[in-house]
Amino acid sequence: MTSAKKSVPPRAEKLVFDVNPVLNERPTHYCPGCHHGIAHRLVSEALHELGVADRTILVASVGCAAFTYDYFNVDSVEAPHGRACAVATGVRRARPGAVVFTYQGDGDMAAIGTAESLHAANRGEKITAVFINNTVYGMTGGQMAPTTLLGQKTTTSRRGRDFDNEGGPIRLTEIMAQLQGVAYAARCALDSVKHVKEAKKAVRRAFDAQIAGLGFGFVELLSSCPTNWHMDPVAANRHIAEEMIPVFPLGVFRDVMKEKGNA
Amino acid sequence: MTAGQSDRILVKGNEAIAYGAVDAGLKCYFGYPITPQNEIPEMLSVLLPEAGGVFVQAESEVGAVNMLLGAGACGVPAMTSSSSCGISLMQEGISFLAGSHVPGVIVNMARGGPGLGDLGPSQGDYFQAVKGGGHGDHRNLVLAPATAQECYDFMFKAFALAFAYRNPVMVLGDAVVAQIKEPVQRVPPAGAVKAEHLQFLVRDQRIEGYGARGKTAAPRLLKSVYLAEGELAERNRLLQRKYADMRKEVLFECEDVDDAELIVVAFGSIGRTARGAVRRLRGENRKVGLFRPVTLYPFPDEALQKLAPGRRFLVMEQNIGQMMEDVRLAVNGVSPVHWHGVMPGLFVSANELVEPILRVLGGQSGSN
Amino acid sequence: MPEYRDVIIAGFGGQGVMLIGNLLAQAGMERGLNVTFIPVYGAEMRGGTANCTVVLDSLPIASPLVRDPLSTIVLNEPSLTKFQPRLRRDGVQIVNASLVARELVDTAIRTVYIPVNDVAHKIGNVKLSNMVALGAWLRATAALPLKTVQDALGRVVSAHYAKLLPVNAAALEAGYNFA
Repeated sequence: MTSAKKSVPPRAEKLVFDVNPVLNERPTHYCPGCHHGIAHRLVSEALHELGVADRTILVASVGCAAFTYDYFNVDSVEAPHGRACAVATGVRRARPGAVVFTYQGDGDMAAIGTAESLHAANRGEKITAVFINNTVYGMTGGQMAPTTLLGQKTTTSRRGRDFDNEGGPIRLTEIMAQLQGVAYAARCALDSVKHVKEAKKAVRRAFDAQIAGLGFGFVELLSSCPTNWHMDPVAANRHIAEEMIPVFPLGVFRDVMKEKGNA
Repeated sequence: MTAGQSDRILVKGNEAIAYGAVDAGLKCYFGYPITPQNEIPEMLSVLLPEAGGVFVQAESEVGAVNMLLGAGACGVPAMTSSSSCGISLMQEGISFLAGSHVPGVIVNMARGGPGLGDLGPSQGDYFQAVKGGGHGDHRNLVLAPATAQECYDFMFKAFALAFAYRNPVMVLGDAVVAQIKEPVQRVPPAGAVKAEHLQFLVRDQRIEGYGARGKTAAPRLLKSVYLAEGELAERNRLLQRKYADMRKEVLFECEDVDDAELIVVAFGSIGRTARGAVRRLRGENRKVGLFRPVTLYPFPDEALQKLAPGRRFLVMEQNIGQMMEDVRLAVNGVSPVHWHGVMPGLFVSANELVEPILRVLGGQSGSN
Repeated sequence: MPEYRDVIIAGFGGQGVMLIGNLLAQAGMERGLNVTFIPVYGAEMRGGTANCTVVLDSLPIASPLVRDPLSTIVLNEPSLTKFQPRLRRDGVQIVNASLVARELVDTAIRTVYIPVNDVAHKIGNVKLSNMVALGAWLRATAALPLKTVQDALGRVVSAHYAKLLPVNAAALEAGYNFA
């Protein structure tokens, strides 16, 4: 395990950012401007603050996030494409004392793995699912995702996603929030400091719900994919704010802890 | 009296599987209903929680096998069960179990196919079971029970093998094995691996949260993806070495083979039905014997090779000709291998297998 | 001396075919015999009959399935049509006279033609007709003592119906004494 070795700031400079020991210092394979790095940091900070990393098990998915386990200092298992929530169910049932989370993209969770995801949620599995929605299949080269915006051009929707042929973008958080087994469901964005701060709280709540034994914790993170959107990172952030958020409204859609007055 | 009333219970093969699994140390069951194996989940939904285990009815066979992958990765004795169509759906997960070196037990009470087929007995999943079934070069250890007692006993063996080799183990039966009710002695077979020892066998390869190994322990990862050049080749060599090691687990049963001119080779339910036909012919002083593979992978090819000189073989199976290929490979042209197939879905009795044996004894070839 | 018996029991679903098959297998096991019981379902279900096969043997049983049985218990006409041609010529069949026309019965085969519904009705419940038929089979085949089967009832009839054990035992006896 790479230790929590503090980087020493040059004299007269104030330390404003530091790594936490749950995330190692290995350079990631993600593209410049990609939000996976921010999402990783939010998840690792939640685990660090909760002090549960030593009993945490990560269930990795397939997509750009396939190698998440290379960056987290926790025990991990790889799931087939779409099956992370089923694998996580097996892990959590076999090890009731563990803190278990999946980290899945939109293709993994909302297309091929919809059944596994919704049913794990509906059973109220005590796991946390982090759902990265960047409206595109990143790793395979920019194909259409279930969350692709109407009119958005991808390598398999060259003229833009057309509702008549491809249907519309799936709003998974709203669906999750309808399920009784879900203890927490929120959608956040990673396009601005303000939104990242909100996302950090939401990720933490999604783990709190699991650890309190209340049920399934779910957080959707609207994230950028500058490479497949063919934009620079700043334009990509603007795209989230202007194009994605109107389609995928931000907010907490279900919070059992709050409903129970235990906010 | 062959046995007293107190020590035997009259149960279906499916029920014997459930009892055997629990007694062998099963901790987690994941499955989806499908005929003709429903008594397995139905019984385990009661037995397993009573024994301190976990029962989850999954949303599909795809869900079930991946739950098995998760629980197996934790080093906990876990299983799923299904029938043909459902086992097809599980193949991706089974390949991941194999590629990630994760122990797991899968029971297939096969039904007639292809497609939705019917609910009758079938051995049409032989190739799928013994040649791997999923993508990539992987193998399952495959056990083929023929009686309700074997259904019980083989669950101990299935878990012992799964944990010794960290590999998927398939118990392959059919509608006859599943639905037959027979007396079973619910006593762990001699030499059974103790349930608590199973988890010990994988203590260095399971995920558990690194804290279980000490505050500064390195994290563990179970995976099957190896993208760097040459890395996957090395992993596949490792798998092949493991499969070579498994050869010592081969099991088979012989009856009346020493002086036999013709040896009937049959497994599972057809194995026991063929035994009835062979016994009848022995009663008429015909020189017929029976060879019943009990492990279908590893296949008892060396034993068949040894028997081959001077003898002929007749493979009887309830499919369109699958195990026949493995027998022919084993015998490798040393002696003739005939074949008699029973169509999947049919219920066949011993008397119906007498005539095909007589035909081959009389110099004709096999048929279906 | 090896002792081998087999029987195919057939009727409409709901006539208690599986229950008496189970009872016979349980009693055989308690008698120390090897037994197999197998329900046959699937395509045959659509033919209007539910049937099961029970084998009793002092030796280990190879085949649980029997094509040409030594005996049958047929509780309705479709079952007679289906299984009478397969019954061994030296076998015996118990035929439900309440539902099967006499002219359908092959006179060359040893047959106990017994109105099991009527006998059961006299005992107080037509649902006991399956037990009456099994009683008649026990008498005709001498496969097991009546008492062994009566004693096994408690292991086969669910605890919920425990109060019905004596009347089931009586139905077995009525069938046994009919011939």
